[in-house]
Amino acid sequence: MPENIFKVNEEEYMLPGNRACQGCGLSLAYRYALKALREDTILTIPASCLTVLHGLYPTTSVTIPCLNCTFASTAASAAGLVAGLTATGKTNTTVVAFAGDGGTYDIGIQALSGAAERGTDFIFVCYDNEGYMNTGTQRSSATPMGALTTTTPILTKEQNKKDMLKIMEAHDIAYIATTSPAYPLDLYDKFVKAKRIRGTRYMQIHVPCPPGWGYPPRDTVKIARLAIETGVFVLFEVENGKFRFTGRSKSLAEKGNRLPLINYIERQDRFKKMSVEQLSRFQKFIDNKWHEYIKKAEA
Amino acid sequence: MEKRDKNISAMSTPAIGEAGKTGDWRDMKPVIDHSKCIPSVKKRAACYLCWLYCPEGVIKTGIPVEIDMDYCKGCGVCAEECPAKAITMINEGDDNG
Amino acid sequence: MAETIIMTGNTAAAIAAKLCQVQVVAAYPITPQTSIIETLSQFIESGALKAEYVRVESEHSAMTVCISASTVGARVFTSTSSHGLLYMHEQLHWAAGSRLPVVMCCVNRGVGAPWSIFNDQQDSIAQRDTGWIQLYCRDNQEIIDTVIQAYRIAEEVYAPVMVCYDGFVLSHTMMPVCVPDTETVNSFLPPYKPHTFLSAEKPRNINPVIFPGMRHNSEGVLCDGYMEMRYKLQEALEKARDVIVSVGMQYAKLTGRDYSELLWRYKTEDAEILLTGMGSIATEATVAVDQLRQEGIKAGVVGIRAYRPFPRKAIQEALKNAKALIVLEKDISYGFEGALCSDIKAALYGTGLNAPLHNYIAGLGGRDVKAREIYEAVKTSLEDMKSKKAQNKTIWINCRR
Repeated sequence: MPENIFKVNEEEYMLPGNRACQGCGLSLAYRYALKALREDTILTIPASCLTVLHGLYPTTSVTIPCLNCTFASTAASAAGLVAGLTATGKTNTTVVAFAGDGGTYDIGIQALSGAAERGTDFIFVCYDNEGYMNTGTQRSSATPMGALTTTTPILTKEQNKKDMLKIMEAHDIAYIATTSPAYPLDLYDKFVKAKRIRGTRYMQIHVPCPPGWGYPPRDTVKIARLAIETGVFVLFEVENGKFRFTGRSKSLAEKGNRLPLINYIERQDRFKKMSVEQLSRFQKFIDNKWHEYIKKAEA
Repeated sequence: MEKRDKNISAMSTPAIGEAGKTGDWRDMKPVIDHSKCIPSVKKRAACYLCWLYCPEGVIKTGIPVEIDMDYCKGCGVCAEECPAKAITMINEGDDNG
Repeated sequence: MAETIIMTGNTAAAIAAKLCQVQVVAAYPITPQTSIIETLSQFIESGALKAEYVRVESEHSAMTVCISASTVGARVFTSTSSHGLLYMHEQLHWAAGSRLPVVMCCVNRGVGAPWSIFNDQQDSIAQRDTGWIQLYCRDNQEIIDTVIQAYRIAEEVYAPVMVCYDGFVLSHTMMPVCVPDTETVNSFLPPYKPHTFLSAEKPRNINPVIFPGMRHNSEGVLCDGYMEMRYKLQEALEKARDVIVSVGMQYAKLTGRDYSELLWRYKTEDAEILLTGMGSIATEATVAVDQLRQEGIKAGVVGIRAYRPFPRKAIQEALKNAKALIVLEKDISYGFEGALCSDIKAALYGTGLNAPLHNYIAGLGGRDVKAREIYEAVKTSLEDMKSKKAQNKTIWINCRR
């Protein structure tokens, strides 16, 4: 049992009775991200599931100020907030952009790359549910190979997931961290840390989506955990260019006891058409990434 | 005359229950067996993994642990994650649990 | 003390932004706008202007930065042209829908394909229905004056303003410009007060998803639906006509330069043939009018300053005695006619004025249009209009078919 559960900020910034789906992985992650970010924060969010969670006019389910922005513009919207706050002398506010994988990997990548290259003083959070879930599960460049989506409805996605983290690493930004709702305290700690750092900070949260991935809502934490256990998603931090494993991924790296991919795949309907060949390619893809990480950690 | 909002752009203010009483979404509901629930058994603040993992933030830490049934969507994550197996999901309407 | 300096239109625009003490500038280079932001970069890096300059990676981001910086209370400026403006299209709607007083210079340039870096007004005309106020300038003096007035108008109406002027014709042409002094501009332009203030202290969710119908908030106050929000924007732009006029009058009082109308007139008192247009083509028409008058043809020019809001009443009044109308414009609504021409006809509908009207599509993609050619076109039109069949025509000037 984690003892440090008692150090978590007790305030809830995401109010009950919101519009997120039953067992939403984003909802769980967002609860802790907001607890860590707390007051003196302004959020900006593009069209996404999070827009829905934030609620329909004239009521919002979130008690942290938020500016909605268009799909492609999230990081630029954050840059504008930073510039506006600086110009008006309000330098104590942390600006946080919170976008889905579509708003990060795909349509949002240009503005994100621009803001990161300029070293904009903000936190960009990608909550990665591996597809366009708000519009009903279409393929994104974050969708893993072999997944069924409504735009890959028969043949499944042919390509591997894009390595967004590597792209962000190439920007030489102040801080990169990956987190999972399966480990809320690790997520909380990383957000607390990110808030203290200045410069561009990129956080990626792997958030399971019950309707989009095809599993019962009660399994959200289990699926998130299995992603870590199998190495599909890896917990780490990159600070000043230095990579290190964190949390559960750290002990997996030390003990070398990752679970086989099938443990993760078999519980999700989206992979039900995955071929044996795809499964082995996916496994190889994950193994290669894992070894890249091991090398980075040793460097 | 009814009070009309004067804002010229759309600006929401925070309140609980934006989507209504989301407890109505449930087809199953969590029931806590306090004879198994760790804080109740130990008679001190402990465990609270149900609180930790609740995606809605509708579980109150305390002795005993309480769930706000007005807004609990009935996802069942708490039941899955409870290390003492103190929470079971029962069908809505089956109130003998 | 005001000072007269010879400068390009783009320098005039940059000086105007500096005089208005803009706090955030975000822009992306594009010909022929680029020298505005180069000049502003000089001002900011030298410390002459205290502002945040966000060197964005696209025009879409430039407008986005303006939107969010304005939301937290900063006065913002950007400028663009042509494809840059088109790339902003989504954000133009967002800025207007958020009711933010963003001021932007649009240095008018043709739109591809094929590429053209030269002047026409297809770019800003294509943004007509985004909810922005559009003001057109006829010379460099008007550029500096219009940008300064634009902030007053925008911050009073809570709608963004696009200051449009012709690429190269004005942007890169040196003209004497009387530059108002800082004290005059300060006395004319009070600090920006946002209508909705996003700050860390007040939890608000700005521009969320909205329903078609009205809804009550948690305090029981009835809040707008999407349609009511849109009506308020329409109302604001309708009201903007009076604001533009009153701001223009106050500015005229301070500077002695007349901006008391939504349009400007040249030799219209006794005019029977009225030429209309926006920007430098209307200026060119004044030279043609002088030539026509030498031949005893009573011609005059009505130049349009404000295109949105459209000066319906002012146009009805200015054109009421016309025996023939010539609308000159550097844009085309494909499959119909020039956009300005359609709007002028719509404004005249029901007034009883049924003068023949010839619409000239001119100067697309920088094709030169000389006063002499306008003069000849008018002469041809007047001859043509004698025939019943030629009361209403669209003619491409200087274009071989």
